[in-house]
Amino acid sequence: MNNGDEELKNAYTGDLLSDVMGNAPSDSVLITIQAHKNTVAVASLAGIKAIIICNNRSVPVDMQSAARDEGISIFTTNESQFYASYTVATLLGKVDAHKD
Amino acid sequence: MSEIPINPYTSPTVILELIYRLKIKDVMCSHLVTASSDTSLREIQKMMRDSKITGVPIVRGNRLIGLISVDDIINALDKGYIEDKAEEHMSRNLIVLEDDMPVSFAIRYFDRFSFHRFPVLNKQKELVGMITSRDISSSLLLEMNREMEQLEKHSNISNGLKNNLNDEIYTYTIMKNDFENAGYASTQIKKKLKASGIAPHIIRRAAIASYELEMNMVVHSNGGELIAEYSNDKLVITARDTGPGIPDIQKALTPGWSTANEWIRSLGFGAGMGLPNTKNCSDAFTIESSEKGTLVCSTIYLHPQEEKTNENQ
Repeated sequence: MNNGDEELKNAYTGDLLSDVMGNAPSDSVLITIQAHKNTVAVASLAGIKAIIICNNRSVPVDMQSAARDEGISIFTTNESQFYASYTVATLLGKVDAHKD
Repeated sequence: MSEIPINPYTSPTVILELIYRLKIKDVMCSHLVTASSDTSLREIQKMMRDSKITGVPIVRGNRLIGLISVDDIINALDKGYIEDKAEEHMSRNLIVLEDDMPVSFAIRYFDRFSFHRFPVLNKQKELVGMITSRDISSSLLLEMNREMEQLEKHSNISNGLKNNLNDEIYTYTIMKNDFENAGYASTQIKKKLKASGIAPHIIRRAAIASYELEMNMVVHSNGGELIAEYSNDKLVITARDTGPGIPDIQKALTPGWSTANEWIRSLGFGAGMGLPNTKNCSDAFTIESSEKGTLVCSTIYLHPQEEKTNENQ
């Protein structure tokens, strides 16, 4: 974990790392199920500052240390990428959170 | 607490130079809302509200004879004399500034006295403006912005001239299926560009191009080298491998086309975007291949004037 103080303005959801490389905005959070070290490499090169691993996938130790070295925060959730994306979008103010 | 936290003795040189160079007349508000001595305080209150100001100078012709501040209005409302004339309650012993004085004087005055505004007179003692601390803050911000733009422009130019990037070549060995170390070469390239002060969006393009070429060799080739050639104005990334070669280069350049196996795809690779990504990020791109191996060359220009706009290719 880095100091966790940075404010992120954007997010990207994807599992195809080349697609993430090519399309993810920088200073964003990546929502993915690719829980391995190479995700950190891609994040670092694309300027992604945080990763949310969905579907309760476990984060291997080498991915954690790689993230620590690169100053990238990793979050985990039991939820699906759909739910995680919706939650993040609401937090970023990109969605009206209607209360039904 | 000081209104304006600038110490004329210890602030940075650029700021000090600014506050001595700028004159009060450059910074003050010269659009004046004034009243005469027989204007009622109620009318003055309305003038303050309409013009959104907190102090109205009382004048006779061009000469300043007093000042009514919003505090005076509050007292008048409180004590019930809001209909009185300005001359009955205006402040007469006024601290004023001269329009030719440097802004540093004004800053000192705001520190020393508790007033929020000062009338400004010219050499002929005529009222020519009012200055508040907000006027000083906005002008300083504007000037500092201008100075910073100049500084940034000069440091960008001198970075290029300084030859931070001398002609250097770095070669990285890439091994087949070496996911453990995959991305190492690209990370080194990114670090070197960042240390040389290259613009972030150009670093990103170089990072994507080198990473995709590196991963292609890890995933698809029998192993090879990633070579980064740095010079003053450009970075040339060469990916050279020992086989098995690309049978159909046109197909390989098509987004979405991939020859990756199931295991590779489960790791998130094999989207078929590698070569298209590299090409899109490059200012120049060449590829040739045979069974003996593949050679890909990507050129990234490092300084904004020379960039090609690649986005819509």
